[in-house]
Amino acid sequence: MSASTVLIVLLGLTALAYAAGRQRAIAGASATPARTYHSLPGYYGGYVALWCLLPTLALFAIWIAVEPIVLKAAVIDALPEALKALPDAELGLLYNDVRNLVEGNVVFGEPQPAIVEAAERYARLRSVSRYLLAATVVVAGIAALAFAYRRVRPEMRARNQVEKAIEYMLVAASLVAILTTIGIFLSVLFEALRFFRLVSPIDFLFGLEWSPQTAIREDQVGSSGAFGAIPLFAGTLLISGIAMLVAAPVGLMSAIYLSEYAGPRVRAYAKPLLELLAGIPTVVYGYFAALWVGPMLRRFGDAVGLEVASESALGAGLVMGIMIIPFVSSLSDDVINAVPQALRDGSYGLGATRSETIRHVVLPAALPGIVGALLLAVSRAIGETMIVVMAAGLAANLTANPFDAVTTVTVQIVTLLVGDQEFDSAKTLAAFALGLVLFLVTLLLNVIALKVVRRYREQYE
Amino acid sequence: MNGGDTPNGPPQPTRARVAEGLARRYRRERRFRLLGLAALLFGLGFLAVFFVTLIANGHTAFVQTRILLDIELDAERIDPDGRREPIALETANYQQLIRDALHRRFPDVTERRDVRELYALISPAADLEIRRLVLDDPAVIGQTRSFWLLADDDVDMLVKGRIDRDAPEAGRRLSDRQIRWVDTLAADGRVELKLNRYFFTSGDSRDPELAGIWSATVGSFFMLLVTLLLSFPLGVATAVYLEEFAPRNRWTDLIEVNINNLAAVPSIVFGLLGLALFINIFGLPRSAPLVGGLVLTLMTLPVIIIASRAALKAVPPSIREAALGVGASKMQVVLHHVLPLALPGMLTGTIIGMARALGESAPLLMIGMVAFIVDVPESPLDPSSALPVQIFLWADSPERAFVERTSAAILVLLAFLVLMNGAAILLRRRFERRW
Repeated sequence: MSASTVLIVLLGLTALAYAAGRQRAIAGASATPARTYHSLPGYYGGYVALWCLLPTLALFAIWIAVEPIVLKAAVIDALPEALKALPDAELGLLYNDVRNLVEGNVVFGEPQPAIVEAAERYARLRSVSRYLLAATVVVAGIAALAFAYRRVRPEMRARNQVEKAIEYMLVAASLVAILTTIGIFLSVLFEALRFFRLVSPIDFLFGLEWSPQTAIREDQVGSSGAFGAIPLFAGTLLISGIAMLVAAPVGLMSAIYLSEYAGPRVRAYAKPLLELLAGIPTVVYGYFAALWVGPMLRRFGDAVGLEVASESALGAGLVMGIMIIPFVSSLSDDVINAVPQALRDGSYGLGATRSETIRHVVLPAALPGIVGALLLAVSRAIGETMIVVMAAGLAANLTANPFDAVTTVTVQIVTLLVGDQEFDSAKTLAAFALGLVLFLVTLLLNVIALKVVRRYREQYE
Repeated sequence: MNGGDTPNGPPQPTRARVAEGLARRYRRERRFRLLGLAALLFGLGFLAVFFVTLIANGHTAFVQTRILLDIELDAERIDPDGRREPIALETANYQQLIRDALHRRFPDVTERRDVRELYALISPAADLEIRRLVLDDPAVIGQTRSFWLLADDDVDMLVKGRIDRDAPEAGRRLSDRQIRWVDTLAADGRVELKLNRYFFTSGDSRDPELAGIWSATVGSFFMLLVTLLLSFPLGVATAVYLEEFAPRNRWTDLIEVNINNLAAVPSIVFGLLGLALFINIFGLPRSAPLVGGLVLTLMTLPVIIIASRAALKAVPPSIREAALGVGASKMQVVLHHVLPLALPGMLTGTIIGMARALGESAPLLMIGMVAFIVDVPESPLDPSSALPVQIFLWADSPERAFVERTSAAILVLLAFLVLMNGAAILLRRRFERRW
């Protein structure tokens, strides 16, 4: 009996509970002499259903969570002494083999008889566990149903209780967002701390050399200088810098043109078209950067006698800049529109031209908001992954030359984690350390940017 | 015009200075305006270049070259026993039939190296279609039939004009002889571009002519299904709580700031969370759409919450007050009146969030969805790829034929995105209500 069957049975029971509770309220209300119930019949149904569903669901979840642990202990306990004496890591692998055998997955080589036996034991125990689960859940559900059913009386305030329960569920849903942040922070932090046990944080943050591959091959994890992340930070800054050099002026000027000069018709078409750029998946930009922009720059470089790497920082940065144009432009557009018309009118009244008004009145007034928008765009550029994975290099060069290939934090995270990985090696854990840095930096930028923007809005409201 | 004497006007020197500078200021004004227009056109121009390049490169991938050959379905070769057993028909060497047909077509090719080049014109998987025909109807054995056989990807590129015939022979994938053969066949009307069925119906393949996007599309579908089922209820519930029930205190402020921040966290960090939490701690399978859907759920939640809150805010307070006035409870006000009115706005936000999730690939790389997947996944637990990840994989492939397939896959992805966003706009137009 599979877990999903148990769930379906549970849902059926809940439906039954709803019908029973509702029916009891209706029967009571239409009996002679009629009794006045506090709530509508549906609420009594909901009351019984919730009583039936919530405890059993909790029971079900706990059971499914605990089952693998118990099963593992029981299976390993029954193994021959020789196998039981294995170190934990190998025992874990062996247990994986057992489970693979049960699932019918491909197992390499002919399995040992002990493992086959263990697999049979595993399958038997699991099936017993599932039957027990089904029985427990059904009995508990029926008990809860009976308990709640007996409480369906006219003076029982079913609606208040059901509404309270729904409200708690809403609170629980809103906790998911918090839990996500905590989960991101803890999971990344935890693995990063394991990394810092192997490599000192000072070496990581200030080291000038990055070559995670060699550290694995020589089997001397954390050998000096292998995990210095400065070249990655520099590469990230270089590419993001180029991107901002494209996006900031183009985005800002587009926003100014759209909000101050363009007629309503141009605005109605151009604005959504420009925002289309934000809707294009980043992998598409990456393809474009890698297959068209990179080679084009290289040919151009050859023509004018410059040495341009085919995975140059310039190519990735340019395309990334184009990607963030709509971020800058739509955020600045909002900000510029929020500047009160009275300021403009005052400036025109003094005889200023439009561009003078924009440069001397509107932009200074909108400056905090624009800075906020640019900060958000920078955070977007630093965290962007696909463009740089496809169009930037892998070698960690410490250079400020935009024609050279550089690598970024996100590229390294992807390269370290894609493919085979062992979870104890410094190489894999380094990705989480990089992730931690990335998360903290972007978080900082976002918090500052959002604060700046919010304060700016309040100023003119 | 003697400004210097009038009591109210500015003195003459100032007027003169203003008039002097006027031309310069107007010039600057025009320049500034042109600069703005140029910036706008730069962005829009890139958009145009982008679509033109994609369509120019991608449209040819929807057709592929086939070569007409007369295949003699020789009973001796296919089923020497003559018992027509399915096993025998299944395992017969249909490749040899194609080779025989090529020999009949070009009888003067005898040298071993040449023969190998000749065979290379036809896709190594072209025999599958002959086998299917024979298996469906064993009665055709013994006849001679004309087949439009799948050409090799290099031939396909040649026919589509993507191989430079003038390049030195060593620098191209086809030899002079091969090009001559293809030209001879073409002159006989035996080379044609036909609809590329494989592109829409099969999974990934090392042979570009067999590679398709179907399994990636199904993977993306499962992932979006998981995302939708989880993120819509959670997002709406969170928005309802924050907007309608939550007291204004530091705790709810924290939730709000947190949601705004989550919306700006780089997507790859969500991938790290998925790897550490769902795969390493919960032990869910790698490469499964279920895990991808969970990660994308966490990513799209902030988008949906923010959109849903905006939709709830747009419902005027008078609706709530009227419902409360006739005796509805707070929960009844929300469930019976506010939520139905806000639902179109919430759905619009959800569709936009889904569209963004569909295009996302960075977090999927973290959870192992970059595997080479041929089979079509049957459930959210099977290993699978996703449309954007397939694009990423193909973009990395060296074969020339994958370039057009990548562009075509991008066109398909963009078509889905346009469809979803179009639905969102339609929904908004249809149900948006101004109070």
